[in-house]
Amino acid sequence: MTGKAYLTGAYDTKVGELPGSSCLGLHAEAAFGALADAGLELGDIDGVLCAYSFTRPHIMLSSVVCEYLGIHPAFTAALSVGGATACIQVMQAQALVMAGICRHVLVVAGDNRATGLTRDGAVAALAGVGHPEFEQPYGISVPAAYALVAQRYMHEYGATPDHLAAIAVTHRAHAALHPNAHKREPITLADVGRSKMISSPLRLLDCCLISDGAAALIISAAEAAHDRPHPPIALLGAGQGHTHEHIIAAPTLTDFGCHRAAATAFGQAGLGVGDVDVALIYDSFTITLLVELESIGFFARGEAGPAAAAGALGLAGSLPCNTHGGLLSYGHSGAAGGMFHLVEAVRQLRGAAGRRQVPGAEVAFVHGDGGILSAHCSLLLGKA
Amino acid sequence: MPAPIAEATAETLPFWEAAARGELLYQRCRRCGKVQFYPRGHCAACAHRALDFEPSAGHGTIYSFTIVHRAPSAAFRDLVPYVIALVDMAEGFRLMVNLLGSDAVSGAAIGRPVRIVFAKRGEGQAVLPQAELVA
Repeated sequence: MTGKAYLTGAYDTKVGELPGSSCLGLHAEAAFGALADAGLELGDIDGVLCAYSFTRPHIMLSSVVCEYLGIHPAFTAALSVGGATACIQVMQAQALVMAGICRHVLVVAGDNRATGLTRDGAVAALAGVGHPEFEQPYGISVPAAYALVAQRYMHEYGATPDHLAAIAVTHRAHAALHPNAHKREPITLADVGRSKMISSPLRLLDCCLISDGAAALIISAAEAAHDRPHPPIALLGAGQGHTHEHIIAAPTLTDFGCHRAAATAFGQAGLGVGDVDVALIYDSFTITLLVELESIGFFARGEAGPAAAAGALGLAGSLPCNTHGGLLSYGHSGAAGGMFHLVEAVRQLRGAAGRRQVPGAEVAFVHGDGGILSAHCSLLLGKA
Repeated sequence: MPAPIAEATAETLPFWEAAARGELLYQRCRRCGKVQFYPRGHCAACAHRALDFEPSAGHGTIYSFTIVHRAPSAAFRDLVPYVIALVDMAEGFRLMVNLLGSDAVSGAAIGRPVRIVFAKRGEGQAVLPQAELVA
């Protein structure tokens, strides 16, 4: 067990509307949960990587979290790369343990976005990713920006609203098998097609949830990953890809940094898309997942939609994907949203995913994207 | 409508001053010749720091569009449904606009030609480049 970083602890809090929850309280609950899962005490942690918060915005969130937890680490920083943050936190933790700077890094994110903000407040805060002079004056929102991608993608590759809806339906079916998911009642293609139009062609059920919740992971150095309560999960490969932030500056609306991020991660791991047993891929919108599946190479252009409609992303499909229900149905709590994908990957690789378990899962691909398909990070995890 | 228009910077001020007189500007690098939008103090393709503003003839085609039904803020709530389009200009740059006109919602389509127009956004607000479908 050398030359790699290992995931030794994982935990996520309840998600959904959690009245009385707070950003810092959720961080602490997730952190202590991950510590217990790894069989560690707070004093064992020498690195802390946080993300960002809408309800507790602070220029030094990691310092605030460390103070709140009561920890004095050798290294801490807060990272802010939108939906790519959780995967990038893990990649940064890998660098810290492999450089010998830390033995056990706590990676944590959480926000009480559902009860701590109004829905209008959350939508407005997210719209701030638009360019202040050249996008925001036109009434851009995050759904509208992704809708621009969807419209172009449908035009070029023949994806249909029903292809997108099939992704939403599959995610809800997965969430129905997860006792903690924010939305568990089954939906149909017709339900998606009847849901409120948000920004054409994206309807309400094409969009992720807004949830309270938090998640945390412990990333450990090889020599510190032994003798923990659970077999360690190895980080086999990691890569990033960055092409733009604002949608007006995207080189194309059909290929994104996920392509490079995944290629780097697969190259490091010596694996290919055919080796992936379970995929946990950022699904802020149905189109997000569709584009990423094809841009990364899990499906040829134009084929992910029909494949989703045929059940390929389901538990019995060729690529079980977002088995917890994803941002679309499990929950989305800011940077913790992408960390839920990582927690699910750990559960799948431990064989602890209950009714959602992909039999014999040994390799998980996890991907986060921030902005408007702007910042990407891919991770490959495997049984050590 | 109190639309959220940010303060222009030294780099973007020529663009907004031109818009106020009905002219759409883009930048061209003096070294590599690439055009770019939005305005910056250097060329994002080759990092050269000398660029010229050039006027666009105002002709473009719709690269993508969406009809917004859920506004991001109160400032846009009375405008829904409205069309946001990414327009590829003949000079080789892309910008975001609203598609204006009574036929905008029904007529928006990828590949349709548009022309740039200029519209004030609310009382005393900046003049924005916008677009209309070309019949």
